[in-house]
Amino acid sequence: MNQLKNNLTKEVTVTNKLGLHARPAAMIAKIAMQAESGVWLIKNGEQVDATSIIDILSLSGTRDSRIILKIQSPSDMEILEKITNLFDTGFEE
Amino acid sequence: MQADQTEEITLHGIRGSQGICIGKAYLVDREGVDVVERYYIDKEDVKDELNRFKAGVNKAKNELAGIIQDIPEDLRQHAYILETHLLLHKDKMLYGKTIELIKNEQINGEWALKKASAEAKSIFKNISDPYLQARAADIEHVTDRILRHLMGAKDVDISGINKRVILVANNLSPAETSQIQLDRVMGFITDRGGETSHTSIIARTLEIPAVMGLERATALINSEDLIIVDGNEGIVIVNPEEETLVHYEELSRRYEAHKKDVVRKSGLPATSADGRRFHIMGNIELPEEVVAVKDHGGEGIGLFRTEFLYLSRNDFPEEQELFDQYLEVIELMAPQPVTIRTLDINGDKEIESTPSPDEANPALGLRAIRFCLKNPDIFKTQLRAILRAAAHGNVRILLPMISGAEEITKSIQLLDEASEELKAEGVEHRRDIELGIMIEIPSAAVMADMLADLVDFFSIGTNDLVQYTLAIDRGNRHVAHLYSPMHPAVIRLIRHVVDAGRHRGKKTYMCGEMAADPMHLPILMGLGIEELSMAPQSIPKIKNMIRKINTSDVEKLTAVILQQSSVEDIQQIITDAYGDLLHEDIYPQ
Repeated sequence: MNQLKNNLTKEVTVTNKLGLHARPAAMIAKIAMQAESGVWLIKNGEQVDATSIIDILSLSGTRDSRIILKIQSPSDMEILEKITNLFDTGFEE
Repeated sequence: MQADQTEEITLHGIRGSQGICIGKAYLVDREGVDVVERYYIDKEDVKDELNRFKAGVNKAKNELAGIIQDIPEDLRQHAYILETHLLLHKDKMLYGKTIELIKNEQINGEWALKKASAEAKSIFKNISDPYLQARAADIEHVTDRILRHLMGAKDVDISGINKRVILVANNLSPAETSQIQLDRVMGFITDRGGETSHTSIIARTLEIPAVMGLERATALINSEDLIIVDGNEGIVIVNPEEETLVHYEELSRRYEAHKKDVVRKSGLPATSADGRRFHIMGNIELPEEVVAVKDHGGEGIGLFRTEFLYLSRNDFPEEQELFDQYLEVIELMAPQPVTIRTLDINGDKEIESTPSPDEANPALGLRAIRFCLKNPDIFKTQLRAILRAAAHGNVRILLPMISGAEEITKSIQLLDEASEELKAEGVEHRRDIELGIMIEIPSAAVMADMLADLVDFFSIGTNDLVQYTLAIDRGNRHVAHLYSPMHPAVIRLIRHVVDAGRHRGKKTYMCGEMAADPMHLPILMGLGIEELSMAPQSIPKIKNMIRKINTSDVEKLTAVILQQSSVEDIQQIITDAYGDLLHEDIYPQ
């Protein structure tokens, strides 16, 4: 059970200078919309819907913030990886 | 509230762009969108209402997609904000929430959308980050677009304006500005925005008047109303009386005549009243801007920023690509000089080709010459391109962000290497060109006497020099007002640089914003800076002022200024001595 839970979440860090501003939020939402079930971003216990730009922006994810990505279904592993990759590459900025 | 047809109203705002115009208003309306009808829906009609709402959203989305499609290729990099707007149309917090409200509260789509939008915006109001606060405007733009389609309100088709009008808007969005046929616009006025807003910048580039931050303009002005825009004073007059109209027609005529006169004379040399010759040049970023420099009477390029070829791409440009660009500028400008500043990146302008290094304070970090010396291959590619282009015209090299002698000797070494390589390859080039450094770091200013031995000229970059000398971040609104090129420390520092250069026969030029402000001109002339470089539009104005100033007068004035200890005193001295001249530029007699 615990193993499964770990697989469905991933911790990432905001590395780009401007943080989770409109463009990164749009990039995340675009990918999350392709998921079969829910995708969330969690910061300091606050959980938001990754398909909503407004929700993502409301997290106020400034540079160096630590964010937990969470998917509902294992079938969305690819989505999780894609979003992780966005964070790792600093949203190509 | 609508203005009484006969009543003259004066509105005060913020000066966005100089000039006066009188004409018919064209309201870029949110008309009808501000007043949203509210009504309840019968239970059996909820489904129809939902469909009506969804259809409205789709129409709005398609319209925006069309606008994005029509944006010219070179402006595409700015389109990402519109792509974000596109996604916002179907955002859960806006779209999902509205659908929920229509279902649960049985209210009409417009009302539900307004409620959802207000809620979404309120989230951002509570965030301290000013960038995120500003995102509320994005939600508003999207909401308005959907509302227009829901209410069947006539679309604001700015692209269809067929006569010269004054645009009146709440706040022009980037999407709207990109649609405007700018040659149809006599002036801009907006309820919101300020001196640095997108619309102000466009107005200044087009040299048409603009007044921003009027707050109630769209509420008081109707399309076809006669209005006067005075961008010199930041005033808009609605429904002017006969007398006012005559007064402003006269002012406008004088201003236009003065501007034409200034532009007409811009081709003539800038010689002071007592016969001293000054050289006024242009700052450019893109090769095509050379045309603007020549049109405005520029006598060369005092600052050619070379970053644009490196930005918005994933790799570094090839030598040949750089050479072609430089050659274009040099040949267009020949025989007058082109000052090529080597790469200044990784400061306030980030470069996408390299992963952004972990830096908390990029203005003080790895940028410009520091970046180039750390990446000698990238630097040498640029130096080779410059040396090759130099064979075809009058070229100077300018090194940015120099803080001491070692950076200069290392750069000279790389220049020598580049030249040796080109020689060995049998490629046409020229090594004996003037080498200068930007004086923008206080340490370089202090050491100017030593550095003068290593270079052919200095060029003062005032923006950074002022920022570093006074420890003011201009982007920080809490301290931005303390930023002043007229600070006595800045003026003394510049004097030191000019004197240090002069003792060794080296000239000092200036290419920062300070050079373009008429208020600063008496000091710069008094200090003996004979070459000033600025945005092309400012050249005619500065040339014109130089012709009216006596160098012996400003030298005396500068001696007095150097004895002052406050910005206010210095400003007062200049206003007392040259206030009439400065005023004349705005209100010619």
